[in-house]
Amino acid sequence: MGNHISLLLVVIPLIAAPIVAVLPRGRLPWLATLIITFICAVLASSQLWMVLNDGVISYELGGWAPPWGIEYRIDAVNALVALIVAAIAAITLPYALLSAEKEIPQQQIPLFYSAFLLCLTGLLGITQTGDLFNVFVFLEISSLSSYALISLGRNRQALTSAYQYLIMGTIGATFFLIGVGLIYSQTGTLNMQDLAKLLPELAHLKTVHTGFAFIMIGIALKLAMYPLHLWLPNAYTYAPSVVTVFLAATATKVAIYIMLRVLFTIFPNDFLLATPTYDIFILSGMAAIIIASIYAIYQSNIKKLLAYSSVAQIGYIALGIGFASSKGITAALVHLFNHALMKAALFMAVGAIIYRIGSCNMKNINGLGKQMPWTFGAIVIAGLSLIGIPGTAGFISKWYLVTAALEQQAWISVAVILFGSLLAVIYIGKLIEALYFKPVTDSNQSVQEAPLLLLVPLWVLVCANIYFGLDTSLTVGVAEKAADVLGVINTSSISGVMNK
Amino acid sequence: MDFFISHYNYWIVIFLMMVGLYTVINRGNLIKKIIGLNIFQVSVFFLYISIGTVKEGAAPIITEGVKLYSNPLPHVLILTAIVVGVATTALGLALVVRIKESYGTIEEDEIHEMDHSL
Amino acid sequence: MKRNPILRIVAKFLIPLIILFALYVQFHGDFGPGGGFQAGVIFSAALILYALVFGLDAAEKIIPPHILRILASAGVVLYASVGVVSLFLGANYLDYSVLGSTQIKGQHLGILLVELGVGMTVTAVMLIIFFAFAGRGRP
Repeated sequence: MGNHISLLLVVIPLIAAPIVAVLPRGRLPWLATLIITFICAVLASSQLWMVLNDGVISYELGGWAPPWGIEYRIDAVNALVALIVAAIAAITLPYALLSAEKEIPQQQIPLFYSAFLLCLTGLLGITQTGDLFNVFVFLEISSLSSYALISLGRNRQALTSAYQYLIMGTIGATFFLIGVGLIYSQTGTLNMQDLAKLLPELAHLKTVHTGFAFIMIGIALKLAMYPLHLWLPNAYTYAPSVVTVFLAATATKVAIYIMLRVLFTIFPNDFLLATPTYDIFILSGMAAIIIASIYAIYQSNIKKLLAYSSVAQIGYIALGIGFASSKGITAALVHLFNHALMKAALFMAVGAIIYRIGSCNMKNINGLGKQMPWTFGAIVIAGLSLIGIPGTAGFISKWYLVTAALEQQAWISVAVILFGSLLAVIYIGKLIEALYFKPVTDSNQSVQEAPLLLLVPLWVLVCANIYFGLDTSLTVGVAEKAADVLGVINTSSISGVMNK
Repeated sequence: MDFFISHYNYWIVIFLMMVGLYTVINRGNLIKKIIGLNIFQVSVFFLYISIGTVKEGAAPIITEGVKLYSNPLPHVLILTAIVVGVATTALGLALVVRIKESYGTIEEDEIHEMDHSL
Repeated sequence: MKRNPILRIVAKFLIPLIILFALYVQFHGDFGPGGGFQAGVIFSAALILYALVFGLDAAEKIIPPHILRILASAGVVLYASVGVVSLFLGANYLDYSVLGSTQIKGQHLGILLVELGVGMTVTAVMLIIFFAFAGRGRP
């Protein structure tokens, strides 16, 4: 059974999704989804354990040997990302019950959970597969279900933001498809390992360059890399809280994973060094950190504030990728993990506030910190983690990022990272000020603490934020191993503008 | 000139791709945007199918007396992509219907105005 | 629609043929071009034609929406469970070779069942999409 784990991780939610869709209304769909996500989380952690102990898992679908058949190929990188996705799904689900009942029309609840499972299938599928076209299919499964999930938001802006996301996301996916097609036309294979073998000899072809550019733009759209992030703030703001928690913590992370795969596994290093790819990453990362953080400061909607902060955080990850050193990749992967934890916690806390007062506008939350101490505490700790205070998970990723930058003497990047943290202090400070230091408004006098079912998952994440800030053996250990797998050479020879 | 004519399939692909993408970006009408998106996707289908052609190859159906077949793999891939395209179009149109119901218009600038005058 | 005898008669004549053709495409898919996707779309086209000519209510009497929903789900489950069966028989997921007594028989049976699942889902989903759009304006 052991070697079927990588497959079951995709198939179990896939089979469950249509069954959940036809279950009767009530709490049964939720319960079924809860069980499925927990099974997935257990499977994902045992998969990571297996990969760390026994090395790469390769699974041939339908018994067709790669490179002809589709291969699921799991090493430390995918195993880590799959664990993030499955674990966040498992933590989100207990939270989902009350929050979804509050924010989503009763008759759509079974379909909501069905779409949620499909989204999980897609995201897990992306992490498992070793076939480039299969990535596209799973990418679209997850994207289509997330468009539907976002459109369930209460506000009518949810519809327009889902539409906007649909247009942008489809353009991104189609760009990816064009790129894959062009590369396929030159290599005749879609298997990632096979591509990695064939591409070094073909790297000089113009078609390969064009295909590479299309793939990069396509994925960059999906992962909301600055300046292709325009769909993200609205989509996260108007989606139901549960959906925001789940997507913010997983969807962009998985896109980053494909980016890493394409950059470091599929394409040869000489090829990348001959293109300005890494410089673009560094520039885009720095722009994201500064500009998106400034945007975040001026938001009056808390969810939008956090969404812009997400764009900025993706900037940190892009910066880590742009350093193209094993330290940089380690930093990117650690931040990928930690950011999932802190953003999920923050969005959950905001969801708890919405559950109580039905709004997430700055002017409506005055003084709520005293009424909802546990929610407020969670916001403070997760916020500190976002800023990067020592003792929290956020500090670890910032630390690794700064060391990676120092290693290449990229002083501008170091300055930008520190400046970004300062900006984070401002927007988190703004949030805390409104929650705690402003007098309670009359309408909020009777607000009570959020129910336990919302608080427990929230605090699990908050504790994880602290735990991974103190014990880094899991995150950094696995990330370093993953960076080794990706085979990044230390590129001190990069002739990039920004690294000098 | 020979180059242009012998690569006519790619010119069709590029033309359709540009038309589609331009429509998506330029048009304010939500339905027209989806039509543009469809044209854009169809151009990619053409691209794949023409990649799969083998010169003088027959259609990939096993027949006696035929030795050379076209590559069937791109066909299969595109079948999947077509299904994805159908799903995207259906979802997009469903969203447009809902937008029309709650905003009363499907012109992007009018919707934008209504959202910001609140 | 009572005033359009030509439409009604031609539709009545064509619909069985379309369904027959859909079944041909469905089950001939392992020898020639065809398969679940195409067959599903053709099959649903027959029913959509019926709905266009005889009205939505008449079509919904033939296939009620809640049955469509179950059909759509059942198709996916059929597809996925064929793979699971081969898991239990000791092969990899979707390896049909173990389903029959010989490899060729197994592959035949496997692809037939999988395509049946695909056909069911595609038919049902196409009709659901059609009914959802066409029935939107109704009271």
